[in-house]
Amino acid sequence: MITLAHFLTLGAILFCVAIAGIFINRKNVITLLMAIELMLLAVNTNFIAFSRYLGDPAGQVFVFFILTVAAAESAIGLAILVVLFRNRATINVAELDSLKG
Amino acid sequence: MLLSKTILLVIVLAPLVGTLIAGLFRHQVGRSGAAAAAIASVALSCVLSFYVFYQLVWGGAGTFNHDVYTWLEVGRFGAHIGFMVDRLTAIMMVVVTFVSLMVHIYTIGYMADDPGYQRFFSYIALFTFSMLLLVMANNFLQLFIGWEAVGLMSYLLIGFWFKRPTATFAMLKAFIVNRVGDFGFILGIAGVLYWFGSLDYAQVFVGALDPAAATKTVEIFAGHPWHITTVICVCLFVGAMGKSAQVPLHVWLPDSMEGPTPISALIHAATMVTAGIFMVARMSPLFELSEAALAFVLVIGATTALFTGLIGIVQNDIKRVIAYSTLSQLGYMTVALGASAYAGGIYHLMTHAFFKALLFLGAGSVIVAMHHEQDMRYMGGLKKYMPITWITMWLGSLALAGAPGFAGFFSKDAIIEAVGESHRFGSGYAYFCVLAGVFVTALYSFRLLYMTFHGKERFVVDAHHGHDHDDHGHRAPGHLAHAPHESPWVITVPLIALAIPSVLIGWSTIAPMLYGGWFGGAIRVGEANNVLAEVGHDFHGPLAMVLHSFTQAPFLIALAGFAVATYIWLLNPGIADKAKNAMRPVYNLLAHKYWIDELYQAVFARGGIMLGRGLWKGGDAGLIDGLVVNGSAAVVERTAATVRWLQSGYLYHYAFAMILGLIALLGGLWWVVHAAL
Amino acid sequence: MTFQLICFYAFAAITVGAALAVISVRSPVHAVLCLVLTFFSTACIWLLADAEFLAIALVLVYVGAVMVLFLFVVMMLDLDLDPLREGFVRALPVGLAVAFLMLFEMLSLIGVRALKLAPIGDPAAAAGMSNTEWLANALFSKFLLPFEVAALILTVAIVAAIPLALRPRVGVKIQHPANQVRVDPRDRVRIIKMAAEKPAMLDAPVVAKPESPTS
Repeated sequence: MITLAHFLTLGAILFCVAIAGIFINRKNVITLLMAIELMLLAVNTNFIAFSRYLGDPAGQVFVFFILTVAAAESAIGLAILVVLFRNRATINVAELDSLKG
Repeated sequence: MLLSKTILLVIVLAPLVGTLIAGLFRHQVGRSGAAAAAIASVALSCVLSFYVFYQLVWGGAGTFNHDVYTWLEVGRFGAHIGFMVDRLTAIMMVVVTFVSLMVHIYTIGYMADDPGYQRFFSYIALFTFSMLLLVMANNFLQLFIGWEAVGLMSYLLIGFWFKRPTATFAMLKAFIVNRVGDFGFILGIAGVLYWFGSLDYAQVFVGALDPAAATKTVEIFAGHPWHITTVICVCLFVGAMGKSAQVPLHVWLPDSMEGPTPISALIHAATMVTAGIFMVARMSPLFELSEAALAFVLVIGATTALFTGLIGIVQNDIKRVIAYSTLSQLGYMTVALGASAYAGGIYHLMTHAFFKALLFLGAGSVIVAMHHEQDMRYMGGLKKYMPITWITMWLGSLALAGAPGFAGFFSKDAIIEAVGESHRFGSGYAYFCVLAGVFVTALYSFRLLYMTFHGKERFVVDAHHGHDHDDHGHRAPGHLAHAPHESPWVITVPLIALAIPSVLIGWSTIAPMLYGGWFGGAIRVGEANNVLAEVGHDFHGPLAMVLHSFTQAPFLIALAGFAVATYIWLLNPGIADKAKNAMRPVYNLLAHKYWIDELYQAVFARGGIMLGRGLWKGGDAGLIDGLVVNGSAAVVERTAATVRWLQSGYLYHYAFAMILGLIALLGGLWWVVHAAL
Repeated sequence: MTFQLICFYAFAAITVGAALAVISVRSPVHAVLCLVLTFFSTACIWLLADAEFLAIALVLVYVGAVMVLFLFVVMMLDLDLDPLREGFVRALPVGLAVAFLMLFEMLSLIGVRALKLAPIGDPAAAAGMSNTEWLANALFSKFLLPFEVAALILTVAIVAAIPLALRPRVGVKIQHPANQVRVDPRDRVRIIKMAAEKPAMLDAPVVAKPESPTS
């Protein structure tokens, strides 16, 4: 019998993998974006599990919206990435420090 | 019949018009125009004052007490300009305007070649206006305005020759010492407003008689309840101490002699310094309620009367001798007030105004003749050069010393007797002081006369410099460009005009003013305190008083003073130096004026500088500039420099910070949940 | 151990493995492909949780659209990978430490809460409808306004992505409608006032020739 804890544990593992990814791939914007997608996936899994085990459709509706917004975010992020690469010829985060105080 | 409000307004405002013409339009009207405007305005004022005086005394006019202008109304408090004119006011008006007029005329001659001629007339006319505002006030606020205005004019006139460093020092000293007194004065006024709810004399005097007010006390120091009338009266008298130069606030008056001599006569002898005396007499319904305050007044006055007179004996500057004499006589007036003989104080004020103005103007005449040499050690034998000045000065000095029959005799004798009758705390000390003061007065008065007009000439006339009039400032002391000569008529006429009342005024006025209840309701004396009535029982007319006095202590003491002065300074001049050497410590004490100036300089002036420097360095530079202004800026700068380090601009640093925050949040949640289980 | 549980473990293992590959492989293209695998197996997990509609939506939207977009971008960019991999080994211990710390915290929290929850049956089936119908009921009644706002957000994202990525190229002959509208005739035509003048050879016959009554 699959319990709620199974799903939540999977979500936690996915989330932590994403965090580790952010740490070790900190120079590569594309991998950072992908790690964020992984995080969203982990969160969505949690939502679905809760919706299923609490009998509330709101969780699944939330996942629906998250998918929507994440898709939009990915589109914008990739567009920015393209423009960035066109202007700076790099996507190395270490070289992007214009905001340094 | 009633006094005309219009006439009173003209009396006050005429000098103001004169000052505006002489001051603001000085270039248009010129020197003579300014003098004419000022003199005409003060003469008008003087004539009308005499008319008012006549109306009050012989015309049957009642006391005038009305507001003429409402300045502002705040709730129940109203500030008004108004006049209270009764016999006390009238006598002050007459004295002020008459002496002022004499000084105005005298100024024409004295200041003839001074570049600030119009400015001077503008100042003294404005002073007359301020003084009239003061004496005619019917409320404390107007009194205070006039009080401060005469203080301001005193300041401006002491420093009239503002290019002299000593004059600017003296003007500041006078102003600052007066501020000390004014602080007490304004506290007293505040107390009046606080406890009586009004500043009008009439309402306050009625309120003070209320039995509830008599029992009201206030604890200035915890555990020592004081009656409110005592607190108010002592505070008001502190103001009078400043203005009337009583010990220990007397230090400014001798220095004020830096001003032109007419000013010394007008402000620092006859009128302004008597404002304190007048004020206390005006407040007699309040002072009568407080035995403690009157005892305070008595002791202060007695101390001033004796100890400042002693200083006068060793002074060499002719004006300073008269200045110390003024201090001493002001002490006499204050003693009279303290003994509840208010009428005696006012009476002495009036007679003193005449003969002291005369003495000052005479001294000014001498100074002009000596080409602005004021040191008596370089004078002597002047009587043959300037006989009118000599005679009038003698008359003034006799009046001052209390020679029987002269004006000063009647007033001073009445004060001494009144003090003798008083049973107030300190009256024994006061009686001793005023009796000893008679000796001292005679001593310095005749010393002045002998050193100035008699004996050998101690100055040298440099004949070869006779053509040069302008360089007397650069000459060695005691060397004159040409022989001294009698002053012009504009100087001698005021001398004569002042000499006449100095000699005669006592005969006709003593009986009504002192013993006849002449002041009516203006001065209120309690039954138990009425020492003048006691003295009056023995009074059988002025002539009898003169004859009787020849056997009395004051006359004998004065005669002793006269004899000692004659012996030391006229018959055997060498003995003065011997006596000086024999009593070196006493001489030093007097010559340094009891070191009071040095004490004030060391304690208050130095202390003020140190306090100011401490506040400047510690408070302003350290606390406000350093900590509040620069300190907050430094905190912002340092914080910003630290926070700036967090703004690395690298994306992964921000991500790292977010994740750390998330870990902390989860850790907190974890801790809470596990703690709950 | 039921069949469902076996399936769950299998898909979970694939998901985690693929996710680890996403963050560790060197080539971005491979990373994207691993991410696709992660999404796919996660969709299977969601099916196990009776969320059929979202599972299909995930595959269609993410795997079919977003991931393809990623793939395009990654392939389009000419990336120099060496500087991007810089510090990978150095950051690994810290990353792992942080990740494990967080995992420990989350798992201990899950252990506390989730085990207390009594499992229930499929709520959609209990309501007598399919999962899609169940979700649609909620979406089009209670969440109608957010649904429409989401549509607007997607539109804005599409519109925004275009000008961001659009590169103005030189030498392209296109019309500028705004400039065309703003045209002022005075900039195009200059009208000059001048005296009328006629060519002499043309004028001569017209002006000089007298009207001959004979002709």
